[in-house]
Amino acid sequence: MTESPTRGPRVGLFATCLMNVFRPNVGFSAVKLLEDAGCTVEVPANQTCCGQPGYNSGDYDAARALARQVIEAFENYDYIVGPSGSCMATIRHDYPVLFQDDPVWLPRAQALSEKSWELLSFLADVLHAAPSDSRYEGTVTYHDSCSGLRGLGIKGQPRALLGEVDGLKLKEMEDSEVCCGFGGTFCVKYPEISEKMVEDKVRNVLATGADTLVGGDLGCLMNIAGRLKRVNAPVKVFHTAEVLAGLADGPGLAGAAKESE
Amino acid sequence: MEIRSKEFKQRSVFAIHDANLQTALGRARYGFVGKRALQVAELPEFERLREEAKNTKNHILDNLDHYLERYEAAVTAAGGHVHWARDAEEARKIILDICKRVDAKTVTKGKSMVSEEIGLNEALIENGMEVVETDLGEYIIQLAHEPPSHIIAPAVHKTKDQVSDLFEAAHGGPRKTEVPDLVNEARLVLRDKYFKADVGITGGNFLVAETGSSIIVTNEGNGDLTQTLAKVHIVTSGIERVVPTLDDATLFLRLLARSATGQETETYTTISTGPRRAEDLDGPEEYHVVLVDNGRSKMLAGRFKEMLRCIRCGACMNHCPVYGAVGGHAYGWVYPGPMGSVLTPLIKGLDNAYDLPNACTLNGRCASVCPVKIPLPDLLRELRHMQHQQDITPVMQKRALKVWRYVATRPKLYHALEQVGARFLSAIAKNGSIRRLPLASGWTDVRDLPAPAGRTFLELWQGKRGQK
Repeated sequence: MTESPTRGPRVGLFATCLMNVFRPNVGFSAVKLLEDAGCTVEVPANQTCCGQPGYNSGDYDAARALARQVIEAFENYDYIVGPSGSCMATIRHDYPVLFQDDPVWLPRAQALSEKSWELLSFLADVLHAAPSDSRYEGTVTYHDSCSGLRGLGIKGQPRALLGEVDGLKLKEMEDSEVCCGFGGTFCVKYPEISEKMVEDKVRNVLATGADTLVGGDLGCLMNIAGRLKRVNAPVKVFHTAEVLAGLADGPGLAGAAKESE
Repeated sequence: MEIRSKEFKQRSVFAIHDANLQTALGRARYGFVGKRALQVAELPEFERLREEAKNTKNHILDNLDHYLERYEAAVTAAGGHVHWARDAEEARKIILDICKRVDAKTVTKGKSMVSEEIGLNEALIENGMEVVETDLGEYIIQLAHEPPSHIIAPAVHKTKDQVSDLFEAAHGGPRKTEVPDLVNEARLVLRDKYFKADVGITGGNFLVAETGSSIIVTNEGNGDLTQTLAKVHIVTSGIERVVPTLDDATLFLRLLARSATGQETETYTTISTGPRRAEDLDGPEEYHVVLVDNGRSKMLAGRFKEMLRCIRCGACMNHCPVYGAVGGHAYGWVYPGPMGSVLTPLIKGLDNAYDLPNACTLNGRCASVCPVKIPLPDLLRELRHMQHQQDITPVMQKRALKVWRYVATRPKLYHALEQVGARFLSAIAKNGSIRRLPLASGWTDVRDLPAPAGRTFLELWQGKRGQK
């Protein structure tokens, strides 16, 4: 394949399960942001899940089966980029661990690991991109999702990118770095504990007075949005990418909560 | 102490609805976390110290036999005795034998998690001895007949009002309501016990191989009175607590206080070496150290070796949102929180504590504050892996994983099911979300399920860009 010298990197977009089913708009936002920054974006059709549910449930064999599938689907791209710190931390950190005793797959896992990026850190740290002329009218508070924060060091990048959005005011909440209680299957296996945790998160969100919550992982966002909706709190919830791409113009996750009856 | 970790789920729900507990936990959580953060901010080399501590511990664990032998020789040279206990039963017997030999009536105790681990108090009381906990927190829960709920703040689950009630009932009133008055009342009651004590038992935060010394840290000075005023001093400690030199001990002391209570240093750091010497003004006539294995050497040989770096500071539980929600008693044994969720299954059996490694979101906050950098989430996941391999994982979950694997390794089938799911959920949604979903009540009991738009991203993408 010949590449023209002006063409940017060829990126395979990792379409996470939750994004694919619950929030296609996040996928289109990711594509827009990457293309605006000069990337060629493709979405391989032979991808499904990164394997994390198997890995975190202790089924390492299942996780390896899924990891091999992801490696095969994406290893020919310059980068694999996904709008989730959680899935991308699995690919970056866990794949090499899963294949540590496998001389055939370990080099392939390592190679993919090295070119795997969470969307916002890819935009900020690799492409040094700024969102072009996006606008969002509102006060936004940001939730640090745990895998992105502690696994991939994502903290400053989304905030810096959000700072470029016209009209957007960022208001930090207390304990933005504390887990919201999602935790994959945790939230349905231990619903009462999860409820207590998301209740604390919602209290901190509401205390900021922000009208919008953003974050980088749909699992957390669906948990918090679902709880906000349950308690009738009128806070809109978007993935950071939607706001940056200027595609946060429709209803947020869980629809627009009723302002008043 | 009897293990009740199998009841984790029921106990955690109970804890969440216990208003007193929630008041106490809320206060404690912010206190410890905030104070630690201030101390860390004031010590630029804190991260370097963590790395150094991790490496030093790894070196010790790689040479544990050597340092333990040196330690034993040094204790013996100073006139003390070292006893080796393979398990809890042996440890209890060793201590009971010493107490019986000196005809002990009253035994005072400084804080020792190992003594909880081996069920020491029950054994001493069964043999007719009066056991008095002298750490204020331990004293409070002894009056309440409860186990500790935190490894450094055993009564952290109690409110001040509850303590007032306990003291009034035990000491006969009048009821005190101010903290200084409560502390003074305990001090007066305990003072008398120190002088009566035949045997004083303490833990050992660090055991120094070069000098044969045991080091304890307290904020109340109770450990000093326990170990110097009784005729016999017994130290109970895990075999992993040995450090090569006093210099090494200072490295860990700098990390311990900051990580645990958010202090630069604890009020008292006490180093004891052997029994009273002829020229000493006070001190015990006998000095014993009971070194407890109880599953530790097995950990040393396997993939959980890193857990033996633990210096029992409690930072992991202070920063754990699950511990913060349910408190320590829900975990059902001696060690709660992240470190307890690793240790309990390893010491008491994987099947006796199924929930502990699973009741965790793997958010990683514990590992990010651990002063010896134990990768707690990785160890918890490893325990899940062992549960899966040993068929301790519930059958339904294993079945679900099999189905998931079958479908997820077939992209076309997976995408078709995703499309069906997206359409179905979108069709049953009202006003952007779903309030009740019978097979997903774990989700919808607590929160709405945000509704999908109807078509999946991959469908829409293929429609737009026409890619294969």
